[in-house]
Amino acid sequence: MIVELGHYALVLALALAIVQSVLPIWGVAASDRSLMRVAGPAAGGQFLFAGLAFAALTWAHVVSDFSVTNVFENSHSTKPMIYKISGVWGNHEGSMLLWVAILALFGALVAWFGRNLPATLRANVLGVQAWVAVAFYLFVLLTSNPFARFGQAPMEGRDLNPLLQDPGLAIHPPLLYLGYVGFSIAFSFAAAALIEGRIDAAWARWVRPWTLAAWVFLTLGIAMGSYWAYYELGWGGWWFWDPVENASLMPWLAGTALLHSAIVMEKRDALKIWTILLAILTFSLSLLGTFLVRSGVLTSVHAFASDPTRGVFILVILVAFVGGSLAIFAARANTLTKGGLFAPVSREGALVFNNLFLTAATAAVFIGTLYPLLLEATTGGKISVGAPFFEMTFGPLMVPLLLVVPIGPFLAWKRGDLLAVAQRLAVVFALAILAVLVTWWLKRGGPVLAPVGVGIAIWLMLGALAEIGFRIKLFAEPLGVSLRRAVGLPGSTWGTMLAHFGVGVMLLGIVAESAWKVESILVMKPGETVRVDRFDLTYEGPQQVRGPNFDETIARFAVVEDGRRILTLEPSKRIFRTRTMPTTETAIATRDLFSQLYLSVGDARDDGGVAMRIYWKPMVLLIWIGCLFMAIGGTVSLTDRRLRVGAPTPRKTAAAAIALPEAAE
Amino acid sequence: MTRKQKRLTLIGLAGLVLAAAVGLVLVALGDKITYFTSPTDLAEHRVSVGTRLRLGGLVEAGSIVRDGATVRFRVSDGVNAVPVTYTGILPDLFREGQGTVAEGKVGTDGVFAADSVLAKHDEKYMPKEVADALKQSGHWQEESGKAQPKSK
Repeated sequence: MIVELGHYALVLALALAIVQSVLPIWGVAASDRSLMRVAGPAAGGQFLFAGLAFAALTWAHVVSDFSVTNVFENSHSTKPMIYKISGVWGNHEGSMLLWVAILALFGALVAWFGRNLPATLRANVLGVQAWVAVAFYLFVLLTSNPFARFGQAPMEGRDLNPLLQDPGLAIHPPLLYLGYVGFSIAFSFAAAALIEGRIDAAWARWVRPWTLAAWVFLTLGIAMGSYWAYYELGWGGWWFWDPVENASLMPWLAGTALLHSAIVMEKRDALKIWTILLAILTFSLSLLGTFLVRSGVLTSVHAFASDPTRGVFILVILVAFVGGSLAIFAARANTLTKGGLFAPVSREGALVFNNLFLTAATAAVFIGTLYPLLLEATTGGKISVGAPFFEMTFGPLMVPLLLVVPIGPFLAWKRGDLLAVAQRLAVVFALAILAVLVTWWLKRGGPVLAPVGVGIAIWLMLGALAEIGFRIKLFAEPLGVSLRRAVGLPGSTWGTMLAHFGVGVMLLGIVAESAWKVESILVMKPGETVRVDRFDLTYEGPQQVRGPNFDETIARFAVVEDGRRILTLEPSKRIFRTRTMPTTETAIATRDLFSQLYLSVGDARDDGGVAMRIYWKPMVLLIWIGCLFMAIGGTVSLTDRRLRVGAPTPRKTAAAAIALPEAAE
Repeated sequence: MTRKQKRLTLIGLAGLVLAAAVGLVLVALGDKITYFTSPTDLAEHRVSVGTRLRLGGLVEAGSIVRDGATVRFRVSDGVNAVPVTYTGILPDLFREGQGTVAEGKVGTDGVFAADSVLAKHDEKYMPKEVADALKQSGHWQEESGKAQPKSK
């Protein structure tokens, strides 16, 4: 019964979305305020019903109602509770339901927090948001109904793919979806601006917090996915340039560009058309990501059993929204007033530089990801584009961008003085060069480019700190004055510093891990010892353990450092009973704060030996800590008073007669 | 700088970056991509020695031989089979009679030296390239390869 109510709630959400997609925009065209006002309650109701539908499916999973196909195929009565709940989105239908529920959540948030947006803009934004919602409600209801039932209920379910039975599943998809779907707000704002044919700096101020929030979630979602793959798959890799990973990287790159171009628009009223285009592209790439992952055109852990009608449906949604929005863009873009120009050497210039390289990098990833699909569709030729392609294209495009990152914030708006910036950054530059030399000397004979990478990382980190240092006049004024200045700095300045610092931290981790990791692959028998970097690992033997829904063979390892036993590591192989599918559970120990000793078991041999993969990964944790810094930076930036959602704007551009604040409601 | 000069500088810079990006992508597409091949393609010498390839097919039953951390097996499409060597840990779902994709180079001795071996993530799933290769050689069985039906 609850399942049927959930299904019904989803249909009601669709009905409300249809109303919301027509009436408010019609209201704007007809200058009818009562029609425009439908948008808010409709968005709230949509969220209520989509949330109920999601709760109903969660309930079915929690009580293991195997008469529901979705529960039968992805759950099992002995599955631990956390995986019963996270298993709701560990399958195609459930994850699409999460997608629409998050979309409805964002719509409702815009309705609640957007009360002092101009009424016409608010109505248009919510209207456009509802178009997206209608498309995806239809997709779920017509092709991916999670509420379908069997005539006769089976006794037991088929269990969830064991690779997904991990706490990572509870966190990674919701974060990623909050990011993907969050960009729909930027898209709706862009489409609304095009429909109205009016856009100004205030628009950028309204869009930026939403974009920033989506970006923070996407950053965390990608980082979480990367760490999950690192410890779960047992290959020791953290990024594979897999099409599915690229699908999330593309909106992230475009979203990062959007964040930066929106600053120019907000502060200088320039780059308006470009910012609108970026907002459209960023969400289009999110849709493309959904298409790549959900349509089954790719072979990956994310592609659940595929059904061609779904792929076609998402493709239609993708083409309609990308094509439609770009058509409106082409028709209306030149009606928007253009912004002023600026000197190439200026804060704006630096941000344009950022945008150029980020979009070029996005395009390179786009081509590398889609070229194999295109080639196969046109000529039937089968190729795969892997890490070598992306290292050759993405890498060189990132280097100039990273080199300029510390310089940008030092440049003044309109016209910057490169010489003055050079003087201020001279010490940082010298320290970065010193880091290159010291690294080169310490790691003689290692990869040649690695010391340069370390230098760039130091340049980024110290450059970010130096910006704050100069702003608060550290050492130039008494410490008390500096501290007061530090407290008074706007949140967005601190946010910029933290995020840019995080890029440096991440780069340091990437360089150290790629250049100096130690890898040992061998077959070990009980009692044998192997030395990896400075550790002696002794295989003490196998041990059988019975888990809730799996049987586990643990390989016990004693780790000795400087003659002292420091810890025991227990990597294992699990065989899940229902699917008789094995998974590898790695054992990871963190040493020296950021470095990790990583053990993964292979297949057992008849003579009692076991294949082992042992890694020493120096500073590998910095990769994800860097991402965390970026996300914290974004969050701190969100607290900036000037960016607060619905903050009073200095320029109330109530040009249209009906664009009065809705606060009177 | 005049307005015109400013605009030209920006457009020039943008053009430069785009040209560099296009150049990089074109070079990388010519040089850094991996072609997919079937055991039959290899047996008929349709690929040259030393190029990076992806070899897809089924792991021939009874062909897996382990020697320390090195594994030897044969990848077959039902018509031809190619010997493969790989040093490292095989994926969890690597089994005899199952689909696999090996990436590496074929040597002058005709042995395919793989540096990575992939299997599927989910037992319901057959790598698409493998399914296509099997279809081509006529050894595709609908019931074993296809995802299981949604409902009964």
